[in-house]
Amino acid sequence: MSKNEPGATRRAVLLGGLAGSLAATIRLEPAQATPERMRAAIRNVVGEASIRKGRIELDVPPLVENGNTVALGVTVDSPMTATDYVKAIHVFNEKNPQPNVISVHLGPRAGRAKISTRFRLADSQIVTAIAEMSNGTFWSATADVIVTLAACVEGI
Amino acid sequence: MGRPLINVPAKVKRGQVFEIKTLISHIMETGFRYTTTGAQIPRDIVTAFSCSYNGEEIFRADLYPAISANPFLTFFTVATESGTLDFKWVGDNGFSETATAKIVVE
Repeated sequence: MSKNEPGATRRAVLLGGLAGSLAATIRLEPAQATPERMRAAIRNVVGEASIRKGRIELDVPPLVENGNTVALGVTVDSPMTATDYVKAIHVFNEKNPQPNVISVHLGPRAGRAKISTRFRLADSQIVTAIAEMSNGTFWSATADVIVTLAACVEGI
Repeated sequence: MGRPLINVPAKVKRGQVFEIKTLISHIMETGFRYTTTGAQIPRDIVTAFSCSYNGEEIFRADLYPAISANPFLTFFTVATESGTLDFKWVGDNGFSETATAKIVVE
């Protein structure tokens, strides 16, 4: 190869390689929920109603070793009577491939507005829980979670 | 097919709020994973769960891929009458599983 070959300098080749690897990184990145997508998902459920902080307690460990199973507990402060009860609890995340985690529908017969389950977290992020009351108000709580081993990324 | 596991107290007092624990064995494949050859693994999850007490629905949940494998759910209800609790899971690829539990109210 001639040293003076035009258009194929070492710099150009290196830059080309760099651009190629950048393009590959971008292409391989999976579709991800973003804080905006989470807000959109929340709006989808809540509609135009305003969301207030409080009355709901989100129980998630602050530091998670394995994102594949994370204990999740949600307790809503409500008397759970026939006229004043929790209609639904929704849980959302920011950075999993999808913003929704779970939606549960309760009624006055639940007696206590408390649920627990296990869920997946793909990254360190903020988890949001929204409670829908029988009078149409919405209440929210958030929790910061740090994840050391992420779910969803491993192949087979 | 999934194997359900239900935990309810055998006897409760009338008006008492008691906890129901449920678990079903299911892989809950998210649909966001790939094999080593690059093929996408199709989604296979439980999408809905419901529980009825003597025929009346008391609890319902919509599940998403973010729920861990072998979905575990606990919730509460008020003891009204002796009878049965019916549980139902529905999912992708025609998945459907039911379970029942007896409850004695004193």
